[in-house]
Amino acid sequence: MNATDTLFVILGTALVLLMTPALALFYGGLVRAKSILNTMMMSLVALGLVGLLWAVLGYSLAFAPGNEAVGGLGHALLRGVDLQLRSGKTIPHLLYFMYQGTFAIITAALISGAIVERMRFSAYLAFLGAWTLLVYSPVAHWAWGGGWMERLGILDFAGGTVVHITAGTAAWVAAVMVGPRHDHGRQAFLPHNVPMMLTGAALLWFGWVGFNGGSALAVNGTAVQATVNTVLAPIAAVVTWMALELRRSGRATAVGAGTAIVVGLVAITPGCGFVSPLGALAIGALTAIPCQLAIHWRPRTALDDALDVVGAHGTGGVVGALLTGVFTTTAWGGPAGLLEGAPRQLGLQALGVVAVMAWTAVATWGILATIRRVVPLRVTARDEAAGLDVGEHGEEGYGDGEGAILVLDTPTARAAR
Amino acid sequence: MKLVVAIIRPERLTSVLESLYRAEVRGLTVSKVQGHGGETEHVETYRGTTVKMDLQAKVRLEIGVSEAFVQPTIDAIVQGARTGDVGDGKIFVLPVEQIVRIRNGETDTAAVTPVEPAE
Repeated sequence: MNATDTLFVILGTALVLLMTPALALFYGGLVRAKSILNTMMMSLVALGLVGLLWAVLGYSLAFAPGNEAVGGLGHALLRGVDLQLRSGKTIPHLLYFMYQGTFAIITAALISGAIVERMRFSAYLAFLGAWTLLVYSPVAHWAWGGGWMERLGILDFAGGTVVHITAGTAAWVAAVMVGPRHDHGRQAFLPHNVPMMLTGAALLWFGWVGFNGGSALAVNGTAVQATVNTVLAPIAAVVTWMALELRRSGRATAVGAGTAIVVGLVAITPGCGFVSPLGALAIGALTAIPCQLAIHWRPRTALDDALDVVGAHGTGGVVGALLTGVFTTTAWGGPAGLLEGAPRQLGLQALGVVAVMAWTAVATWGILATIRRVVPLRVTARDEAAGLDVGEHGEEGYGDGEGAILVLDTPTARAAR
Repeated sequence: MKLVVAIIRPERLTSVLESLYRAEVRGLTVSKVQGHGGETEHVETYRGTTVKMDLQAKVRLEIGVSEAFVQPTIDAIVQGARTGDVGDGKIFVLPVEQIVRIRNGETDTAAVTPVEPAE
């Protein structure tokens, strides 16, 4: 094994691992105080459940040799995943497995933003597991594991399509099937802790360096290019976002800036190893425009995509995948793009977007329709009104402990009597 | 003049404010309080320690009104706050000796607006 490359991917694994708790902070700050623990748990539980399924089966379905649609069972239960080099790479197979696992975990967690504050936790767990195996693993195989997207040359450097388009599409379907929150369209649902959301955005950006830069899987020029592009695109997105807000209302908002960071990161993810640094700035700036339109328009619709997963990850993922076909350049390691007079790559990118959206939508619908026959997708109206923290988890995020009576028959309780 | 004090469920505040608005009751004070009204306590668990939460989060409304507005205010609160379950809250109507509008020194009925409920 190459020691430098291996160390690099170990660091990358740690960085991407941090993104899921960061997402918990980001989402947790955006919901109302009475459902913060449920919202954070929806992200954190992916670290447990999806990580476990990834080791048992998910990794094999994505990365074991199989057909063009799905990987085989060759690496189920981590068979053959050891310290030998992953074929074609300079790092151990075991490390490659875990690095990819952190991607599967955060992708599933991203969807939760669309259904917070009303989805039943048990139904969510069932959904998370089925979705990882039926949607994430196959699509990761298509793009990275020897599937049809890879063979056709559809570009997805670090997961714009595999992670963000799948999550954004699933979020849309899930928000429709679970249904809107009570009071949706009547009451404004405001973030209860914006500083927490901004902390999450900052940590996501930090972790994303490992997500995009690490996807080079080696210490080389491409890793440098992907890392720098991952810093540049959100910079352009934040500036563009604030400029649009200033023009619209005269005020640049903090929630807007935090959102813009994520939008810029999503946008550059598919192309960060194929476009120039100036291209990255352009992609970040250009993607901010449709994402802001989508996010500002959504509250006027019936779709209760509570934390704008569709607007940020779906829209940003699609626009980023298409712009990759525009800005990819032979000078920076990619195939020729539209700007170099080659429209073919843009067409391929569009094909990838449509196919992934179609499969994700159908499979997500099928999973939720099946779960719905066994367990309701929503909590009761009363639990929803009181907040999901007490109803689903028996805890409060900000309880002050007053009026709490100990139930257990402990020695202390006996002595007090 | 009366002071209407209402204790309601926090999640019903939006709909109470809406029905008060429709009844043209304008000035009010809202505070977050904790209390207990005979509803079943919910049980929480922290690191294996089980606790019964005796106090529930509630919202208190205080509304100073002229006589003509007492009943419309009560009706609006009941309509907005009722779910039919134990724990919906209570309304207390208290006599008021004097009201002063700080901005201009208007007193009593002139200090709570409007004077007559809309027809």
